[in-house]
Amino acid sequence: MSIARRPSNALRDPAWLRATLLTIALLFVTLFLVLPLIAVFSYAIAKGFGVYVASLVDDDARAAIRLTLLVTAISVPANTVFGVAAAWLITRFTFRGKNLLVSLIDLPFAVSPVIAGLIYVLLFGAQGWLGPWLAAHDMKIIFAVPGIVLATTFVTFPFVARELIPLMQAQGSEQEQAALTLGAGGWSMFWRVVLPKIGWGLVYGVILCNARAIGEFGAVSVVSGHIRGVTNTMPLHVEILYNEYNRTAAFAVASLLALLALATLVLKQLVGWRMRRGVPESEVA
Amino acid sequence: MRLRRRHALPGFGLTLGLSLSYLALIVLIPLAALALKSATIGPMQFWHAVSGPRALAAYRVTFGCAALAGAINLVLGPLLAWVLVRYRFPGRKWIDALVDLPFALPTAVAGITLTALYASNGWLGRWIEAAGYKVAYTPAGITVALTFVSLPFLVRSVQPVLEQLEPDIEEAAATLGATRLTTLRRVILPTLWPAILTGFALAFARALGEYGSVIFIAGNVPMVSEIAPLLIVAKLDAFDYAGATAIAVVLLVASFAALFAINLVQLWTVRRRSAEAR
Repeated sequence: MSIARRPSNALRDPAWLRATLLTIALLFVTLFLVLPLIAVFSYAIAKGFGVYVASLVDDDARAAIRLTLLVTAISVPANTVFGVAAAWLITRFTFRGKNLLVSLIDLPFAVSPVIAGLIYVLLFGAQGWLGPWLAAHDMKIIFAVPGIVLATTFVTFPFVARELIPLMQAQGSEQEQAALTLGAGGWSMFWRVVLPKIGWGLVYGVILCNARAIGEFGAVSVVSGHIRGVTNTMPLHVEILYNEYNRTAAFAVASLLALLALATLVLKQLVGWRMRRGVPESEVA
Repeated sequence: MRLRRRHALPGFGLTLGLSLSYLALIVLIPLAALALKSATIGPMQFWHAVSGPRALAAYRVTFGCAALAGAINLVLGPLLAWVLVRYRFPGRKWIDALVDLPFALPTAVAGITLTALYASNGWLGRWIEAAGYKVAYTPAGITVALTFVSLPFLVRSVQPVLEQLEPDIEEAAATLGATRLTTLRRVILPTLWPAILTGFALAFARALGEYGSVIFIAGNVPMVSEIAPLLIVAKLDAFDYAGATAIAVVLLVASFAALFAINLVQLWTVRRRSAEAR
């Protein structure tokens, strides 16, 4: 940061080079990021504000919003608890197979969303390994809400752990040791020392996890069965409306998701800023 | 750390049990179902499923468009990172934040928006078609969508390296009479290569499996503009679980290979650094 502010002639690109690079970069950003963002909102209100609101309060739209919130409310906390536990385990203890565990936690990032859906169909679907047993006990996972929750949890699995592991590694365990020496119990150390210490990192991970959970499409699409009002999440509802040539309604629901993406970017920026200020330089290094 | 004195921190058993059972339940057992399924298919049927003409065409489209999108980002990503780190201009922080938009925007939203922009009556499509080209509903459209979703990877892997770059070397190069362009090419670019390759591999792996942003703009014509993830869905819809599994195994192996390549690059970088330090 300080490098760029120091006016050193040796580090300055010639004016023609600056102008060329800046133009190309701005064109690229405008074409691929700014224009799509403007387009979502302008298509959404293309037929006026009345149509926009009507598309959002429609029964199917409301059911989709409810389902998306429900799924997120299960997946995100589950992955958060796991993320904290896994990060504690990995950064505070040495044991055999630790590196393997770290790689396995990242595994879902390498799996296509469609394949994430497929594996649950193979396990729980009517022709899957557990399908006959589930049918005999009158339980439904695929083409029902539990399948959507599982698929969403799979694709958002690494987010929290991934944010916390490097942070807790950098922070070290001196404060926890001190708390224990002073007689704190395990849980009281966790609530009073560990949680405040990792706070912003945890929030950062949860924000990313939440954004992906709400917006997941491919994995959910495979396990959902697209039953309107029952197993339709917001992204799936966008798809259905779009394929029915109901473009304005599709973009209206899409604009809600885009607003959420913008909120995520703003929060991410704020929390990132807090994190850099909150941790003293020596501990980051 | 210095003393290596083991103050026994609590929670080993609890966190180990919780982490392993949750990992097994959500990730390992379902993935094992895929492995088991592919093992029961039988080599001949597996080979037929993965090497049929429609599958081969889908790989060509997927790998080709993912590589092309990666190549576009390979050039423009580091360029954007350079502009964001080195130049000061109004709105820089906004653009920096906006780079993560493809991570935050749901893929279905990106898909319908890009399609609307590039369709023949869209803001961009109308000019492109007036010039005699077509992007929406062709492999070019797939490339546009994949460029969008993999855009942050190159920028975000190069940016921190640029921020850490010591000015001394550049100053030395300038003192020795190198022009700015020579310094960029001979001094800065070589130190960026590992980050650029890592970003490219991440972008490529992500693009291989991408589904939501592509299916709207692709046209989805078998043999022409059908991506491999869509072929998996098509086979599932036809209750061809064996076929879907076989294609999925091919895709998974390809993304694992791309990520394995990153580890090699990182290993190679560490080796080179320690060799230089010696």
